[in-house]
Amino acid sequence: MAASSPASRLAARVAIYLVLGVLAAVFLYPVALMILTAFKPTPEIFRNPFGLPESWGLDGFLEVWRRAKFGLYLRNSLLITGASALLLLATAAPAAYALARYSFRLRGVLFLFFLAGIMIPIRLGILPLYLLMRDLNLLDTPFSLILTYTASGMPMSVFLLSVFFRNLPRELEDAARIDGCTETQTFWRIMLPLVRPGLATVVIVNVVPWWNDFFFPLLFIQTDTWKTIPLGMQIFFGQHLVNWSLVFSGMVLASLPLLIIYLLMSRQFIAGLTAGAVKG
Amino acid sequence: MRDVRSWWGKHGHLVLFLTPALVIYGMFMAYPLISSLTYSVYEWDGYLRRGFNGLDNFVTVLTRWPYNERFWGAISHNALFFVLTFAIQTTLGLFVAVLLARKWRGFAFFQAAYFLPHTLSLVVVGFLWRMLLNPTWGAVGQGLRRVGLGDWVQPWLGQSDTALVTIILVNAWAWLGFPILVYLAAVQAIPREFHEAAVVDGASPWQDFRHVTLPLLLPTIAMVTILTFIWDFNAFELVFVMQGASGSPSYATDLLATFFYRTAFGDPTTGGEPGQIGIAAAIGVLMLIIIGFVSAFGVRFTQRSQTEY
Repeated sequence: MAASSPASRLAARVAIYLVLGVLAAVFLYPVALMILTAFKPTPEIFRNPFGLPESWGLDGFLEVWRRAKFGLYLRNSLLITGASALLLLATAAPAAYALARYSFRLRGVLFLFFLAGIMIPIRLGILPLYLLMRDLNLLDTPFSLILTYTASGMPMSVFLLSVFFRNLPRELEDAARIDGCTETQTFWRIMLPLVRPGLATVVIVNVVPWWNDFFFPLLFIQTDTWKTIPLGMQIFFGQHLVNWSLVFSGMVLASLPLLIIYLLMSRQFIAGLTAGAVKG
Repeated sequence: MRDVRSWWGKHGHLVLFLTPALVIYGMFMAYPLISSLTYSVYEWDGYLRRGFNGLDNFVTVLTRWPYNERFWGAISHNALFFVLTFAIQTTLGLFVAVLLARKWRGFAFFQAAYFLPHTLSLVVVGFLWRMLLNPTWGAVGQGLRRVGLGDWVQPWLGQSDTALVTIILVNAWAWLGFPILVYLAAVQAIPREFHEAAVVDGASPWQDFRHVTLPLLLPTIAMVTILTFIWDFNAFELVFVMQGASGSPSYATDLLATFFYRTAFGDPTTGGEPGQIGIAAAIGVLMLIIIGFVSAFGVRFTQRSQTEY
């Protein structure tokens, strides 16, 4: 490497950019094609699959919005994902704090209990989970999904947050106690705000798979009232498979919320996911 | 009474902090996972539990037609799913991560591009590729015809010998961004001095990769491989969305999860006898054993390779 001439180094540089650029096209082009195709009526898709659309009308999207109850599914996805994130933070953060900052007899056992679930997908317990939800009368309600998502996110979140809590200096607690804070106040006012990056990581790591989840809505939700975007769209696509325009518009609508967030904050996204993966 | 009060005064906050998480995690994750083990040793009539029947359900899955044929078929499909995905991510994925670690201008864009499909729902990924790969009207076929390669166009998803590999490649398209992301973070965490020392010693870029980067990456590669294995042995959505619950054509893309789903929840039109809770539970336990065994083995390997350096 040290002995290589400027010309061969330039060639290597060009080759690297070429390889990475071609690969980027492999990942991006199908998504770009999906978006372009969504603007075309079906005959135009068949006639002219690669060109720009002849007009940029939003008819296809409006039709999906009307025919697929997309607004309802969007509301359901937002509510269920949001409530799961809040419930997970509200339960995992205090548990992680207790396990990270106090020593008590059951600490090791409890930590192992939480950690044990980190590698096991909750799907493998679907039969008892399904019957439990049925017996609790939670099938066909958002709570079946919220509780499942919160439980499945618990091991990783407790572990991640306990790492963050453990790294805080001990003096903070001592100072808070001297100032007369109760344990709960110390946690809530002093310690919790200091692990905000950890909370953000927990949210990013969990929210994307929840938002995109198809498996649990498929099993838990029967009526339209609480269908999420992936389930609602899967059924809609299946019904309108011959209407390519409608299917492509639906795919773009279904992907748009996350795509927008990703384009706006891909840096935070990637940083959060890396932290989640590396710490885990 | 005073004892209780003083105990609460000392430990009350811990109970308060831990109980909500324990209740939700215990009830909706630990309990279902543990009790699914017991489901498999009972006879079931729909959702009603009948008598204890030992290992009968396992014997059915492993030896009685059609369950045995479906089970071994599904396992081999899951295995191919994992092996091909692993091969792609540890060659192409690792290579790209090592290149990206140079942090040249525009590389942040490349990284964001590779990860973008990972943010799409697998329902969208499945339908998108189902449309793109349509032999008559799909963009892939039309593109091939336009460059004079029309002979290459096949009903990739409709043929037994190409459907599974096609699904695996579609999955790789949606998945690869994640291993690249993790490998990149690990490559960048290697101190610069290590590479400088290698270059001073006259190492070529390949030798630098082979003897500096790769050994230090082994724990990360092992971790990502375990995650991939777990995920691939639970894969469900792509096949369900693209090939249906029975893994068409003629079970060529059937996976353990679709087999399980059919047996437990399927309707008669999806091919299989639905509502066989005991047999489905046995399939689930076998999946749990495979996943548990491999991840335990993998974790041990990770720890061993970590202590070496």
